[in-house]
Amino acid sequence: MSVAIRIQQVSKSFGAVQALDRVDLAIEPGEFFGLLGPNGAGKTTLISALAGLVRPDHGTLSVMGHDVQSDYRAARRQLGVVPQELVFDPFFTVRESLKIQSGYFGIRDNDAWIDEILENLGLTPKANANMRMLSGGMKRRVLVAQALVHRPPVIVLDEPTAGVDVELRQTLWAFIRRLNEAGHTIVLTTHYLEEAESLCSRIAMLQSGRVVALDTTANLLRRFSTHTLRLRCRGEMPADLALGAAQSGGWWSLPFDRYEDVEPLLARVREAGCSIDDLEIGKPDLEEVFIRVMQGEARGEGR
Amino acid sequence: MGHGFSTLLYKEVLRFWKVASQTVAAPVLTALLYLLIFSHVLEGHVKIHGVAYTSFLIPGLVMMSVLQNAFANSSSSLIQSKVTGNIVFVLLPPISYLEFFAAYVLAAVVRGVVVGAGVLLATCWFAPLGFAAPLWIIVFALMGGAILGSLGVIAGIWAEKFDQLAAFQNFLIMPLTFLSGVFYSINSLPPFWQQVSHWNPIFYMIDGFRHGFFGVSDASPWHSLAVVATCLALLTAFTLNLLKRGYKLRA
Ligand SMILES: Nc1ncnc2c1ncn2[C@@H]1O[C@H](COP(=O)(O)OP(=O)(O)O)[C@@H](O)[C@H]1O
Ligand SMILES: [Mg+2]
Repeated sequence: MSVAIRIQQVSKSFGAVQALDRVDLAIEPGEFFGLLGPNGAGKTTLISALAGLVRPDHGTLSVMGHDVQSDYRAARRQLGVVPQELVFDPFFTVRESLKIQSGYFGIRDNDAWIDEILENLGLTPKANANMRMLSGGMKRRVLVAQALVHRPPVIVLDEPTAGVDVELRQTLWAFIRRLNEAGHTIVLTTHYLEEAESLCSRIAMLQSGRVVALDTTANLLRRFSTHTLRLRCRGEMPADLALGAAQSGGWWSLPFDRYEDVEPLLARVREAGCSIDDLEIGKPDLEEVFIRVMQGEARGEGR
Repeated sequence: MGHGFSTLLYKEVLRFWKVASQTVAAPVLTALLYLLIFSHVLEGHVKIHGVAYTSFLIPGLVMMSVLQNAFANSSSSLIQSKVTGNIVFVLLPPISYLEFFAAYVLAAVVRGVVVGAGVLLATCWFAPLGFAAPLWIIVFALMGGAILGSLGVIAGIWAEKFDQLAAFQNFLIMPLTFLSGVFYSINSLPPFWQQVSHWNPIFYMIDGFRHGFFGVSDASPWHSLAVVATCLALLTAFTLNLLKRGYKLRA
């Protein structure tokens, strides 16, 4: 058993909608893995299939070596899922919800661990509040806590920071990072690409149910994104530079690979008689990677 | 059955107990009102199996409460969880479909029995009651509660909206319970309606339950037991099959 999550040739249709199309993924133990893609790409469906909430039409999935269908009890014990929807049980307090969730996983006397989760998520003051009384952000924290009651080695978070304030995002990521450092495998979907860029060591991009990019974050950035020298200047841009550059709102964006290339670029611009009013350096970012991967797919340049 | 099952059972019981004024006190009050009105109108006019009308009515009301509340418990819990989405909390853990079924049905039986006991306590002052064969009382209360609890699981899983569940309740459960001899002996009906009543499984639950109090009934309690046990076995098999396939729960 060398992988935390193995997804093999998984397909799923809802009527005419092909939500997943022969998805293959293997995620190693201890990885911090990002699952990205536009709305409707199939991220939630893939997570649901992993959790046994959705039955794939084709293919197999396993968690820590346990098939999610044939060995579902073991698979589910290894997996903690934070669902995308902000769901809660209005009949119970925060602590009751967590104790009940522990019981579902067969765990009695979980109070010490529950206290620790509450503390780490800043929920201690709300422990005895009824779920109905909590703000959206607090409910989201409880959802995270519920996914962790059974100390799962694999934790999947489906857009945990959607519509959530900055403070919670920071608390949440600090905690999730610690769990990852302690050896937990983390899988994350998010719309905040800068979050994914700073957290995830490897990323898969999904579009229309297919994996269209899969690589380490560093490789993706190298492959699909560049540094750019952004200039606002008066005068004529040399023709060969203008050819490789983009222009918008009075700014030129000149791509370059290494910082050593900046000086010669600036020299060329100056020699051409341009006077520079303003200057910025743009670093490669996942936003650009994402847009280029998705556009490439739309033009059929993908696999 | 592991700790997952007992936790789900506990959670389902706690759920209705936390709102006991709606889930227990209200149905007891309803049954009490039925008793006051019907016994006021009919007491002294009707004797059934040699039993005074109010005495005859009490076990019927008790059993009707058991059945209706057992159904209400599992069906409303499931539809609420589905509509609000918190059903995932029980679908994500390693709870087997058998444990799932047993927990929802047993919690329904508990609610039915608690309400039934409440109705009995509230009404037994109004007329003399015997306890001729207490074992029948217990057997029919438990089996009837389990049957309706199981029906509630089916309805709760099948319905996607509250009004679909209400339709199930208003057009199937309510007519079957009201036309089952709660308020009368089916022997007092015209032959055609007597025949129809014999196709209503709830008639046998009420009749067998009542036999436990008075030692007399429309049908033999063994006959009723056979009908009720068969219904329970068929419904259990059907519901377990739905759950095993993940019908409407696991897409
Ligand atoms: N239960 C369902 N019934 C019908 N269609 C669904 C269902 N779940 C998802 N879909 C469809 O499958 C596609 C993928 O959805 P989803 O996995 O939620 O995407 P994402 O999470 O990437 O936004 C969408 O077109 C969505 O409408
Ligand atoms: Mg989604």
